Amino acid sequence: MAVVETRKLSKRFSDEVMAVDAIDLRSTDGEFLVLLGPSGCGKTTLLRMIGGLEPPTSGEILIGDRLVNHLPPRARQIAMVFQSYALYPHMTVYNNIAFPLKAQKVDKAALKLKVDWAALILGIDGLLDRKPRQLSGGQRQRVALARALVREPNVFLLDEPLSNLDAQRRASARDELQQFQRDIGTTTIYVTHDQIEAMGMGDRIVVIEQGRIRQIGTPREIYEEPADTYVATFVGSPPMNLIPDGGDLVGFRPESFFPLDDDGRSSGDDLVRFTLTDAREEYLGSEKLVYGEVNGVKAVARMATNAPLSVRDGGSAPFGVHKQDLRIFDRESGLRRQLARAAQVEPAPVSGAPGR
Amino acid sequence: MATSTDSAPRRITAPVPSAAHAPIDETEGSGKYRARRIGGRVVLYAVATFFSLFAALPFAWMVLTVFKADSDLYRANNNPFIYNDPPTLANLDLLWNETNYRTFILNTFIVAMLVVLITVIIVVPAAYSLTRLAGRWGESLGILIFLVYLVPPTLLFIPLTGVVADLGLQNSRWSMVLVYPTFTIPFCTWLLMGFFKSVPWDIEEQAMIDGYTRLGAIWRTVLPVSVPGILTVVIFSFMLTMHEFVYALAFVQSSGNKTVSVGVFTELIRGDVYFWQALMAAAALVAFPVALLYNYFLDRFIAGFTLGAVKG
Repeated sequence: MAVVETRKLSKRFSDEVMAVDAIDLRSTDGEFLVLLGPSGCGKTTLLRMIGGLEPPTSGEILIGDRLVNHLPPRARQIAMVFQSYALYPHMTVYNNIAFPLKAQKVDKAALKLKVDWAALILGIDGLLDRKPRQLSGGQRQRVALARALVREPNVFLLDEPLSNLDAQRRASARDELQQFQRDIGTTTIYVTHDQIEAMGMGDRIVVIEQGRIRQIGTPREIYEEPADTYVATFVGSPPMNLIPDGGDLVGFRPESFFPLDDDGRSSGDDLVRFTLTDAREEYLGSEKLVYGEVNGVKAVARMATNAPLSVRDGGSAPFGVHKQDLRIFDRESGLRRQLARAAQVEPAPVSGAPGR
Repeated sequence: MATSTDSAPRRITAPVPSAAHAPIDETEGSGKYRARRIGGRVVLYAVATFFSLFAALPFAWMVLTVFKADSDLYRANNNPFIYNDPPTLANLDLLWNETNYRTFILNTFIVAMLVVLITVIIVVPAAYSLTRLAGRWGESLGILIFLVYLVPPTLLFIPLTGVVADLGLQNSRWSMVLVYPTFTIPFCTWLLMGFFKSVPWDIEEQAMIDGYTRLGAIWRTVLPVSVPGILTVVIFSFMLTMHEFVYALAFVQSSGNKTVSVGVFTELIRGDVYFWQALMAAAALVAFPVALLYNYFLDRFIAGFTLGAVKG
């Protein structure tokens, strides 16, 4: 088991583009750490640098508190699962899984034991004689995991391993993968652009945009206490509403945004009132979304399908948000007000809000 | 395609008074489709037959001529497509026993094998580094290397004669072993680059993570996956070597060191006398094995060329 750490890690591909920009990151032992960001944000490059497939332009990488910058991938004691699974097409499943062990010159009997053990854990013991092209997407993914497992690595690096599965299979694979990681307890760094995967699986999430860390935190912190407007709008679907108010942006989640009775009965001290104009409803089965505008800015409310709401298409209705659900951001910098203030006193305890 | 677009509007606009008419309409339509399909097949086979005959004719002519007696071949008012005199094996006997044909074949084979070996040894690392390590310049460099192949040997043999002479290789098979890679390597590098572009490179990186050095990863993952491409290189350099003429003619004079392409030409055309039947036999004996081999790997050749064409 090991802790992965990067110190001011940067990667520059050409003169203009900073793919990864001075990233400081430290996992805890056995953690499931998710790197979340849109495509092209540098998260895969970061993972490849940790794996040794991409030399960093500057900065340090430590695995188990040992500097590994100059170690080739094979010496880093890591296992990686690629988005494509990268199974060796000319080898059987057995030989695919045994491949890393052959590199370690494990003797034949021990090798067979280990391959069988890994295959059993992942439920692919019946497929050992097949070639990768004879497997389904889900089976390929398990073979790739089994091959990663037999190495007994210090760290797992997973690069969007679920993106090639269909939606139904993905949900169950998410659960299995998380269970698998909990069982073996190996530090895992998981790259994805899918916030549902990130929220559901990660012990902590690192939100990355344009090569920089926007926030590090538990899924709850990321969702409820976003460090800036980028995180607030990137995580959550639909994203957080941001209503301008002087030099501030007032943010609140669509599910905290609820309709008020016409008589104003549900008003109270802790309630902030808005008028949603040009409203229109979207029926989604278990819930519905009400789109509209507040102070000329688009806003969304999410509520149960049976929530009482009397608004015609294109009409207006009174809506409210509880004060504790409001998040105030600086309009200029996009940074969260309270956190920005806290950061001046002492380093933010949970967030990696960039000190800019 | 044409059939469906032709008939679709008709079926949409056709008045359908009752549901019962619909199946009748369908059968009528499908009969028409069937006639068109058969018609299409007939045209296809007619065209294919024509071109097959067109391509096979030289071979048939070659084989037919091999067994003809002189008296038959040279009489102008004979029907050229049949044996007017009884077929004879004398021409084969002339080729096999009274010329150095067997030596020519052996020389061709030795030279071709060595050239193939040199080509593969150089081309695999070259194509790998151009596709994988040279970044965005690799592509342009590959095309530049291919351009070298387009310089005609009729131009190059003059300076190369100097090189061969300086190395003391005149009139030796080694001159060909030295010079032939100058055209097999550029062509095959470009060819193999096309193949390498289709290799899923993740597997190489995966192997490096799984505990192998870069060379170990290439050996265990990239090369096994590229076997079709490497086979194409082997066959192509073999064939380019076999039919090469200009360099062989310029560098080798003594009969014992000649290859088939030059040896047959110099030994079976004596002054203005052409030993046509023996010439045909000499050509057929080497052409057929190569044609069969080529046919066997045809799909892979096409794959190789289209890969190169689409991405290169």
